[in-house]
Amino acid sequence: MAIHGKRNAIGEIEMKRSVDWQIASIKAIKQETHVVKTYTLALPDWSPHRPGQHYDLRLTAPDGYQAQRSYSIASEPERAGEIDLTVELIENGEVSSYLNEILVVGDQIELRGPIGGYFVWEVGMGGPLLLVAGGSGIVPLMSMLRHWAAAGARDPHNGKIPVRLLYSSRTPEDVIYFEELMKLRAECDGLEIFHTFTRQHPPDWDGYARRIDNQMLAEVAGPFGKSLLAYVCGPTQLVEAVANGLVQIGLAPQQVHTERFGPTGGDS
Amino acid sequence: MENTQTDLVRSLMLDANAAAGILDEIFATDVTACPVECANCGLTGPIGTLLAFTQAPGVVLRCPGCENVVLRIVQTPQAIYLDARGAAFVRLPRASG
Repeated sequence: MAIHGKRNAIGEIEMKRSVDWQIASIKAIKQETHVVKTYTLALPDWSPHRPGQHYDLRLTAPDGYQAQRSYSIASEPERAGEIDLTVELIENGEVSSYLNEILVVGDQIELRGPIGGYFVWEVGMGGPLLLVAGGSGIVPLMSMLRHWAAAGARDPHNGKIPVRLLYSSRTPEDVIYFEELMKLRAECDGLEIFHTFTRQHPPDWDGYARRIDNQMLAEVAGPFGKSLLAYVCGPTQLVEAVANGLVQIGLAPQQVHTERFGPTGGDS
Repeated sequence: MENTQTDLVRSLMLDANAAAGILDEIFATDVTACPVECANCGLTGPIGTLLAFTQAPGVVLRCPGCENVVLRIVQTPQAIYLDARGAAFVRLPRASG
C-alpha cells in the first residue's frame, strides 16, 4: 500500500494528465491577411503551453458528424488564460472555412490542448535559434519568437539567445504579422529577419526573391556556426527542401526540427 | 491520373505532430518526442517525425525514410483501434523517470 501511494504521488508530479476537451469562447478576431485570421480564445481550463505546441479544434454538426483539425498556438505562454490561434483559410476546408466565415466574437468552440512535445522550443533549450517559415508555417515560430521576446524583457540574460528568422511568402501581402515582426526587430537585440518572396516582391526590393535554397540557408545560418537549433515549418515541399538543405550545409539531423503545415499548396 | 492522385495525397501530408491529440488519448501522455523504430527499414526517430495522412477515415503514420506504414489509428464511437505492426518498438518514458 505504501509503495502504491508513493508511486501515485510521483505519478501525479511527473505524469502529465491526458488533455481533455473544453469549451473556449472567442474573445477577438483579427484579420491578418486576406486569407488569414487570428482568433483569441478565452479558456476556462488554461495551462501554459510550450511554444510550438498546438490545440485540436473539433466541430460537431447537429447530426453528430465531427470534423477535427490541429492549429498551432501563435501566442506566448506568458499570456495567461487565453491563446491566439492563427488560421489560414483553406479552399473548401471544412473547418477553416467555418472559422473564417461563420465564427464571430462571443461564439464558443470546442478544443483540447496544449498538445505536442517534439516541435517545441523554450528559452531554457538555448540557441542560437534559426527559424525557417513558409507561409502560415510562421504561426508556431511566432509563438517561439513572442516567448523569446517576453523572456528577454523579464530577464535580459534570456534575451542574449540570438535568433534569425527566414520567412518565405508568395507576395508582400501574404506576410503574416508583418508589423509586429518589424516592431520586434526594432525593439529586441539579437533578432534578425530575412524575408524572401517567391511570386512578387516589393518595388526597390534588394532582399531575397526566390524559393529557399542551400545558398540562402548558408547565408542566413552561416553566422551561427554549427551549434544552432533549427525549427522549420511550412508546406511539405519547403520543409523537406530546407531540412535536407540544412543537413547538406553541415547540420546534424537532430538539430533540425520540422513541422509540416498543410495544405497550403503552391510556392510560399 | 495516378500522378495527380499521388500529388494530392502528398500535398495533404502532415507529420505526426498533427496526430498528437489522438496519440495522447491512447497513451495518456504526449508521445511525439518518443522514439519509434520502423519495422521495415529500421529507421528510428521521434514519433513526431512520422509522415501523417489524416484525410481518411483513420490516421495513417508512415516512416519518413521508407514510407512504410508504421502506425494506424481508427476511431469508432465506442473504441480506438491502434495497429502498430509497422513499428519494431515505441519507447515510452516510465512515470518515475
